[in-house]
Amino acid sequence: MTMDQITGGMSEVSCDVLVIGGGTAGPMAALKAKRKTPDATVILLEKANVKRSGAISMGMDGLNNAVIPGYATPEQYTKEITIANDGIVNQKAVYKYAESCYSIIEELDSYGIRFLKNENGDFDVKKVHHIGTYVLPMPNGETVKKALYRQLRRARLLISNRYMATRLLTGKDGRIAGAIAVNTRNAEFLVIRAKSVILCMGAAGRLGLPTSGYMYGTYENAANSGDGYAMAYHAGAGLANLESFQINPLIKDYNGPACAYVAGPFGAYTANNDGARFIECDYWSGQMMLEFFNELQSGKGPVFLKLNHLHSDTISEIEHTLHNVERPTRGNFHENRNTDYRKEMIEMHISEIGFCSGHSASGVFVDEFGRTTVPGLYAAGDMASVPHNYMLGAFTNGSIAGEDAMSYANDVDFADFDPADIAAEKERVLAPTKREDGIPANQIEYKTRRLVNDYLQPPKVTMKYELAQRRFAEVREDMENHMIARNSHELMRSLEASSIIDCADMAAHASLYRTESRWGLYHLRTDYREKNNEDWFCHTLLSKQDGVMTSETRPVDDYIVPIADDEKDLYDKQRIKISA
Amino acid sequence: MPLASQETTVPVVVDEAKCIAEKGCTVCVEVCPLDVLRISDMSKKAYMAYDECWYCMPCEADCPTGAVTVNIPYLLK
Ligand SMILES: Cc1cc2nc3c(=O)[nH]c(=O)nc-3n(C[C@H](O)[C@H](O)[C@H](O)COP(=O)(O)OP(=O)(O)OC[C@H]3O[C@@H](n4cnc5c(N)ncnc54)[C@H](O)[C@@H]3O)c2cc1C
Ligand code: SF4
Ligand code: SF4
Repeated sequence: MTMDQITGGMSEVSCDVLVIGGGTAGPMAALKAKRKTPDATVILLEKANVKRSGAISMGMDGLNNAVIPGYATPEQYTKEITIANDGIVNQKAVYKYAESCYSIIEELDSYGIRFLKNENGDFDVKKVHHIGTYVLPMPNGETVKKALYRQLRRARLLISNRYMATRLLTGKDGRIAGAIAVNTRNAEFLVIRAKSVILCMGAAGRLGLPTSGYMYGTYENAANSGDGYAMAYHAGAGLANLESFQINPLIKDYNGPACAYVAGPFGAYTANNDGARFIECDYWSGQMMLEFFNELQSGKGPVFLKLNHLHSDTISEIEHTLHNVERPTRGNFHENRNTDYRKEMIEMHISEIGFCSGHSASGVFVDEFGRTTVPGLYAAGDMASVPHNYMLGAFTNGSIAGEDAMSYANDVDFADFDPADIAAEKERVLAPTKREDGIPANQIEYKTRRLVNDYLQPPKVTMKYELAQRRFAEVREDMENHMIARNSHELMRSLEASSIIDCADMAAHASLYRTESRWGLYHLRTDYREKNNEDWFCHTLLSKQDGVMTSETRPVDDYIVPIADDEKDLYDKQRIKISA
Repeated sequence: MPLASQETTVPVVVDEAKCIAEKGCTVCVEVCPLDVLRISDMSKKAYMAYDECWYCMPCEADCPTGAVTVNIPYLLK
């Protein structure tokens, strides 16, 4: 049979713990679950191939949020992340990460992943954040995925590559029961019964449209089309603070970070067209992005990463990391344009919008063990609500969720689900393959994402959002009735288009619900310009209730690390004061 | 509705003289996160079948014979 034909067969398997998404959090979750109960069955399901999937496909330039004894304490980190998120955090989850992540770094070190060390052999941590010191460079960060993959092979996990999960199965008692997946190369269905499921499907990275004209030229790994968010939603889980969009400062035209995290510790900084600093701190936060946006709008734009004042040897060292590790096509990009960091500044711009807790705070709601609001369903990494999680958060929280999910699975039996759910899902998935004629998935996707750019990109205007909702409904109708897929590859794209429109609807709904501005640019509403702590010092939780998209508030739990009044707005003071 | 396709230059090119797909190699096809590479039925060599690239480079890095080159596509360049 040739690749990409549609067969539509079906098989069924069962396991104790099912991990969906084999990028960063997923492999760690699967490993830890398996190590906890070695004779239990753990399946790791991946849309691409675990060897090279996810944000860390080629490697990573560093740990952006390492809490390392001698440099920082879990209390300091929890405080910084609380302030950076305008106070809206579940501190228990942030603290749990902060106190657990050092042991994960040691473990990654023992796998052969290399971190920067000083002459004494100690980790050489750098300051990039506004207050504390948390960035640990990985000049040989290209080792990360390979080292992880070696551990997976050793642990004898069951890995299913090229299976795209499409929906979760929930039991009659409300517990998780498993998932349905479809093979991306032959459209074979796989029903996986599981006692617990961990979602590790990354950010919703294909929500906004990059201005380059390439739909897959996104900041996030473009395989992360928001399927995890859509699946959690349809399974009834709560999704937290989706209005806190991800928006990142990138290189203009190129879909990679300019990377002040790498270059900053060497003396590089973000500058305006005068070559002058305008922000105090290059750490990515909504408040920083707002100043970035303001500078772009003013006569002082564009914004640049400035390195040309540094010594040539220093620049060579920075180039070595930036051109080889995480986004290795970056070197080619600069070479094409003859951009020499020694001579000129690197032009930057603002990325498309997305959902991501790894970089901001929009994710499936989880507690400090990675538990969602659906019993037996977990989430970790970019798609789970622990804010500013980054790569080490994916590893650490994946690990915590893996262990807890296995404990849960050890105590329960499979939940019973309705077999009609499988038949209904098979019909939904295959519908675009049954039509002779219609609209290809790439056009459904393009239209959705173009509307996202036109109407949802902050600053958020109520009227524009309401128009967006109407347009999305029209596209959804086209999708449900006219989308076509002629082979299994197009079928995968059509399923992604469906996740993307779900995410677009959620982005609009969540943003309209919170009638205030918060998190700098991430949730800047023109009709509600001010932060309103009186009414909105809370999480928002979006979920599907009786088939309808619903938002509600959820109180912020009492802090375990108190924040003094004069510390609360430290991240609001990003702009450098011009001395007269 | 009849469909038409729009011409585009693809970023990933395979040096057919170096590609050993006819001997059973499928490394680049296997590693690509976006699943856009295929082995051609006609030439028996790897090629970019779908213009849906993230410019990430596993295909180039993992090819055992150095046959793959990832270029920055025209609209980004
Ligand atoms: C360009 C870039 C640079 C970054 N730089 C840094 C850095 O220097 N330091 C740092 O700490 N962090 C960095 N980050 C952030 C960090 O990489 C992420 O936070 C982290 O890797 C996320 O892990 P994850 O497991 O949640 O997602 P991923 O690693 O992206 O994994 C998600 C996986 O889910 C799979 N998947 C998606 N949908 C489905 C489906 N329907 N069925 C099955 N599988 C599916 C995907 O194929 C993918 O493999 C960077 C991120 C990017 C994109
Ligand atoms: S990895 Fe290289 S040799 Fe193998 S099929 Fe691809 S291009 Fe050909
Ligand atoms: S650069 Fe990445 S997305 Fe493009 S073909 Fe190679 S592996 Fe696939």
